[in-house]
Amino acid sequence: MMFIDSHAHMISRTTDDYEAMAAAGVVAVIEPAFWLGQPRTHVATYIDYLSSIVGFERFRAGQFGIRHYCTIGLNSKEANNEELAEAVMEILPRFALKEGVVAIGEIGYDDQTELEDKYFRLQLELSKEVDLPVMVHTPHRDKKKGTSRSMDVCKEHGVDPTKVVIDHNNEETVREVLDRGYWAAFSIYPSTKMGSARMVELLKEYGPERIIIDSACDWGISEPLGVAKTAALAAQQGVDEETIRLVCYQNALDAYGQSGQMKEEDWLNPPSIDQRTVYEGNSILRGQREPVVGDKIGDNKAKHSLDNLIIE
Amino acid sequence: MSETPSELLKSWIFRQLPDASAEWFCDRLDKLEADPQKQSFDITFGMIPRKLGKDDLQLSADDLAAANAVRDGWNPTGWSIDAAARILILTDISTDNGVSFAKRFKDLHRTADLGELIALYSGLPIYASPEALVEQAALGLRTNIKAEFEAISHRNPFPMEQFEENPWNNMVLKSLFIGVMLEPIQGLDERANPELARILRDYAHERWAADRFVSPELWRCIGPFAKDEYLDDFQKVVDEGNETEKKGVALALASAPASTKKDSLTAQLSQFSAAIQSGELTWTAIADEMFDNSLAITRKMNTEVELTR
Repeated sequence: MMFIDSHAHMISRTTDDYEAMAAAGVVAVIEPAFWLGQPRTHVATYIDYLSSIVGFERFRAGQFGIRHYCTIGLNSKEANNEELAEAVMEILPRFALKEGVVAIGEIGYDDQTELEDKYFRLQLELSKEVDLPVMVHTPHRDKKKGTSRSMDVCKEHGVDPTKVVIDHNNEETVREVLDRGYWAAFSIYPSTKMGSARMVELLKEYGPERIIIDSACDWGISEPLGVAKTAALAAQQGVDEETIRLVCYQNALDAYGQSGQMKEEDWLNPPSIDQRTVYEGNSILRGQREPVVGDKIGDNKAKHSLDNLIIE
Repeated sequence: MSETPSELLKSWIFRQLPDASAEWFCDRLDKLEADPQKQSFDITFGMIPRKLGKDDLQLSADDLAAANAVRDGWNPTGWSIDAAARILILTDISTDNGVSFAKRFKDLHRTADLGELIALYSGLPIYASPEALVEQAALGLRTNIKAEFEAISHRNPFPMEQFEENPWNNMVLKSLFIGVMLEPIQGLDERANPELARILRDYAHERWAADRFVSPELWRCIGPFAKDEYLDDFQKVVDEGNETEKKGVALALASAPASTKKDSLTAQLSQFSAAIQSGELTWTAIADEMFDNSLAITRKMNTEVELTR
């Protein structure tokens, strides 16, 4: 089965993770612009970060046969540094039109401050201007109210719910999100967000419509196989294959494909320029003396065992 | 008959664009001509792949001959339609004056995505005032993105014309290091130099010490300086190398200065003499053979060989 991980901060992950994801069937990832665990203090570092996710990270993913897309935005935490935020807002339109940018995001609330509100609204306006979907990060704290408020503000700005993915949902938020017509994404992230077993229960209750499963893997203790593992667990527990396909692949493609920047052909039948430059394909290739990514693809456990002492 | 690279490029682009894309691009070109200001330029530059797609630029042998005729060494093989269109508008603004274009180039580079990087560098041979971009091109070679690196190094006369010895040598060495073919680099023979030969010899020894394969292409840059200890390395390949490696050494040996060691090696490699004489065994043939025998160890390298065929 093919999977899309529509929320994965690959810039923080190792090549082992790319290998494991490719081996598990992940064909595409979406990297939302976010904060790096430590606040940036200069706009220039923000520019270089955005350049990395539209440039080098695409190349890195392509080496493992994974297509890389991203979202561009000012995250809610750094929206609280007004000087930085103003400077970032100035450069965002330029990045929003880069190749492979599938949404404005992840934007929304963290502490639900006035500054967060200001820049959330400005970026919703930007999304309409550049005609891109929106990825909304819902807050960790005071989540339920923050989620409702995010949707209220989207509505106030006339943003079409079918172009907005509300991310990091849980049992408490999902009903309202679906009822109001938005895409509801769930991040399978240990300890703080959604767990895979809980997710399977939610699938049984709500079915597949407008539900998206992602990993949100980043620099914290997280799981780049979150999508693939949840799919396997769901199958084990009798969830039908079509439901799994929708929530782990098709819905993400439908939601972010509205950008015009993400198509199934990108990985099934890529343009020849991409095959020459950024995408090395998802299988062991003709005429290769040794596969680029190592012959034990996905076998990270064996590779990292102290029983295996040969490094060539 | 078109007279400038810009006119040629424009005719190739428009003959393959569907009407709607052609109309959009034509309109943008008119606007840019009237107002080549930054904002209008940036929007066009950014929108091009969305409006024109990413198909390969269709070029016949005659087109390539025409390219080479209007600008010696210009070889747009492997360009895509979006890269070609971006290069066209860059070329048109590059004539204003060298300094401001270099600034513009730097600014675009700072926020460029992959496709934009490739376009910026592939156009180097046809921009006005190329000397203003030397530093930027050398900076581009520090990339780890092979496609960006190759946009500068492959089928591009800019490096052989503009680089001093140090960046030139680094470009060749880094190609081998990151697994990029040497064959599509222009001027390899003309720009051969003793320092590069020494660097590559040390590099080959490092590879051998680690029990790693040494590209048969490497010997090409050593050939003109191959005497004494360099010929000991050739002997090692004759004794231990595979057929393609031996062909590489045989061909490199043909350009080596006269010596008794050379004569001895030539005798040991006499099976290739006829093919070298007849022009059948060339560096292009060796690149092909690396592909056929899976010695081009990454898919990228294979694709490069395919392209040069």
